[in-house]
Amino acid sequence: MSTVKLTVNGRAVSVDVEDRTLLVHLLRENLNLTGTHVGCDTSQCGACVVHVDGRAVKSCTMLAGQAAGSNVTTIEGLAKGDELHPMQAAFRDNHGLQCGYCTPGMIMSAVDIVHRHSGKLDEETVRHELEGNICRCTGYHNIVKAVLDAAGRMKVAQAAE
Amino acid sequence: MGVEGIGARVVRKEDRRFITGQGRYVDDVKMVGMSYAHFIRSPHAHAKVKGIDSTEAMKMPGVIAVLTGQQIVDDKVGNLICGWAITSKDGSPMKMGAWPAMAPETVRFVGQAVAVVIAETKNQAKDAAEAVVVDYEELPAAADIKAAIKPGAPQLHPEAPGNIVYDWHLGDEAAVKDAFSKAANVVTLDLTNNRLVPNAMEPRAAVAHYDQAEEHYTLYTTSQNPHVARLVLSAFYNIAPEHKLRVIAPDVGGGFGSKIYIYPEEMVALWASKKVNRPVKWTGDRSEAFLTDAHGRDHVSKAEMAFDKDNKILGLRVKTHANFGAYMSLFSSAVPTYLYATLLSGQYVIPAIYAEVIGVYTNTTPVDAYRGAGRPEASYLIERMMETAARQLKVDPAELRKKNFITTFPYQTPVIMAYDIGDFHASIDAAMKAIDYAGFPARKAKAKADGKLRGIGLSCYIEACGIAPSKAVGSLGAGVGLWESAEIRVNPVGTIEVLTGSHSHGQGHETTFCQIIAERLGVPISQVSIVHGDTDKVQFGMGTYGSRSLAVGGTAIVKAMEKVEAKAKKIAAHALEASESDIVIENGEFKVTGTDKSIALPMVALAAYTAHNLPDGMEPGLKETAFYDPTNFTFPAGAYICELEVDPGTGKTSFVNFVAADDFGRLINPMIVEGQVHGGLAQGIGQALLEGAVYDDTGQLVTASFMDYTMPRADDLPSFQLSHTTTLCPGNPLGVKGCGEAGAIGASAAVINAITDAIGNNKLEMPATPDRVWHAIHG
Repeated sequence: MSTVKLTVNGRAVSVDVEDRTLLVHLLRENLNLTGTHVGCDTSQCGACVVHVDGRAVKSCTMLAGQAAGSNVTTIEGLAKGDELHPMQAAFRDNHGLQCGYCTPGMIMSAVDIVHRHSGKLDEETVRHELEGNICRCTGYHNIVKAVLDAAGRMKVAQAAE
Repeated sequence: MGVEGIGARVVRKEDRRFITGQGRYVDDVKMVGMSYAHFIRSPHAHAKVKGIDSTEAMKMPGVIAVLTGQQIVDDKVGNLICGWAITSKDGSPMKMGAWPAMAPETVRFVGQAVAVVIAETKNQAKDAAEAVVVDYEELPAAADIKAAIKPGAPQLHPEAPGNIVYDWHLGDEAAVKDAFSKAANVVTLDLTNNRLVPNAMEPRAAVAHYDQAEEHYTLYTTSQNPHVARLVLSAFYNIAPEHKLRVIAPDVGGGFGSKIYIYPEEMVALWASKKVNRPVKWTGDRSEAFLTDAHGRDHVSKAEMAFDKDNKILGLRVKTHANFGAYMSLFSSAVPTYLYATLLSGQYVIPAIYAEVIGVYTNTTPVDAYRGAGRPEASYLIERMMETAARQLKVDPAELRKKNFITTFPYQTPVIMAYDIGDFHASIDAAMKAIDYAGFPARKAKAKADGKLRGIGLSCYIEACGIAPSKAVGSLGAGVGLWESAEIRVNPVGTIEVLTGSHSHGQGHETTFCQIIAERLGVPISQVSIVHGDTDKVQFGMGTYGSRSLAVGGTAIVKAMEKVEAKAKKIAAHALEASESDIVIENGEFKVTGTDKSIALPMVALAAYTAHNLPDGMEPGLKETAFYDPTNFTFPAGAYICELEVDPGTGKTSFVNFVAADDFGRLINPMIVEGQVHGGLAQGIGQALLEGAVYDDTGQLVTASFMDYTMPRADDLPSFQLSHTTTLCPGNPLGVKGCGEAGAIGASAAVINAITDAIGNNKLEMPATPDRVWHAIHG
């Protein structure tokens, strides 16, 4: 057992976990942040994507101990209170989700994609970048639309700040 | 149409919880004192279980119990059932072997459970499972249809000699023979419909709780039909009587058919929760999903079609071998029979059809309904046949289809189904216009100049949805009725709760069903809640599959609403001192037509519950129930056209365009309907290009992870161009047909027809990987 100290969604936490505990299990089991999902056991599906120090990470691929001292943002920490993040709003407005299971990971990846491309995105780039997130419901059509829509919204939001 | 009524593109009410991480799936459920289950599964496709030694495992930290298949037999837990009886052509009933929830003596597929460890934590259960020693005596395995039906093949079940479950037929053999004797041309086709793994993104899970004092069980489970689960667990598996068993299917992360069935793991979790007197959680991992979720498709077929000298179809003869895997899953027997052969007429006038289907046991994971269930297999066969025929007869494939389309309705096919309505010319015309079919030859020539092989492929599908008229399916062997129920509760303050037996696991019922209420009453959807997925709340229901939720479940809601409105009008008329026949409902108010007198819905509701001033003899309250049994199936249909390019150097396929023109009848929420089509198309295209479950000769599933089984990713798919044509379904008051499966039914033939058109070789099986396409080009 080890004590892991990290910041999750702006809150400092200290958790005692077995050394083999994965970050996703720390989030789900110890912190009850069940918005981060597990959809596979080979780091393919991306349902578990969170941000670690601002970068998208598959939290099933990282030991909890490796996240010690990090700043972790999960889907629960993305909105500002009642105000949805532009990516969340775009997923809703473009019907970019159906069963909702892949959605948290998809949204966290998508936010990272927009950041890394400074908002300059086209359909082909979005499709290529989403390679690590699997959705079985939507055929990706509306997810791609949502990401492109959100890229525009995030640019506007950034300009306003 | 109101802003939130029928036809409005309303954003989904359920989305907020999903986009903020507040969805509540089964694995999110925690209970005080909860323990964890981990199953010990067979590594062999076929073996005797000689013994299970759990001595060392029981000494390990946190272990509560190791339970075996023999114990579940000793406790008289029932074997898994198959709910649809099929009769072979010789009149004999189908031949089934027993399927215990954990194997006490013999394992018949890799992944079949033999024991379960219950421990304080998931990791402790997994660690202890490693220490359980199972002594297997390996037996030879039959890993596919060919291996299972050859002389001397390993036998799975003594009840089914030759591994044959049934040898069934449908149609008129003599009439077909006669048709072929008059044929000017005969077209033949050998096809494999590849085995698929459903892979809903949420793996199956169960949380079971036994309340010793009340002798009552609660099961949270990933189910498309919690009431059917309760019925089966109670009536057949002897877990508990129905009033002592609550089944809750909360947010469920996709189903696609794979979550219809009541699997061994859910049964064992319930049984074990009493055994250890602790809540038990089991959450499958993806590997377990690959090995134990019911697979789909897996047909091998031979088809022949007879044409007259004018290229009119005279007859169709089909012989199909269907792989059932090692056991007969809940609805498996119906899939290659009444959900397949009954659709072999496609969109065409085919005077004579004869289909034979041989169901085969193999040492593989059980096979059952997966999105479309039998109808994709029928559609793929017919639509590849039409394309093959057009090439052989040297006519345009669109023209050959049009020449043979059914144009008058109702139309009785020779294979049971009576199509109520449709306009197949309208959908093919819409699709051809959308893709500029006429301009294709020029585009093909240009692509050729660029070194690419360009192809175009059509697929005109029809499906039978709105499953199903209970009397009809009962006469065909179904063990259940397929009606749906609804209850409408208008609360004293005028808010409305709709309780439905349908279950939403991505389909957006919480929005669509509210729109039906909004349309009728003129109230905002924020005043309406949809309640589903809990047997303690909803009286009964048959669940969601076969594109039935709106056509059957939605109609039940309409029927209940009619009763609510009738009573509310009586109350309003009484309060307004008007005649009941003069009351109209507008914008949430009950108005006396032609006057300015009105009373708002909340006041009517309040009057119903205060009961101070109701019409003489009226019962208080405003709550009504309806059970609706459809009179016919519904028949969504459409035309898909795929245009693509093949790189002859690599065999790689690239989409140029994919257009879909669907007729689903009336659309309640076009945005949601489009989403359903997108998802279906992705699964159909996935089957055509990427997906395929592969077993080796010993019965090991080679494609048992997302590393090995190619799920469609965003960069594998195009954006789709959708349109709709409309003929209203005459069989239900909403005029709706269902849209959930269409894409998966129609897409695969369009893709393969396009590739074979591009490469000029019709011999190509799914998935059409670059390797297969390259070999089809270069031999």
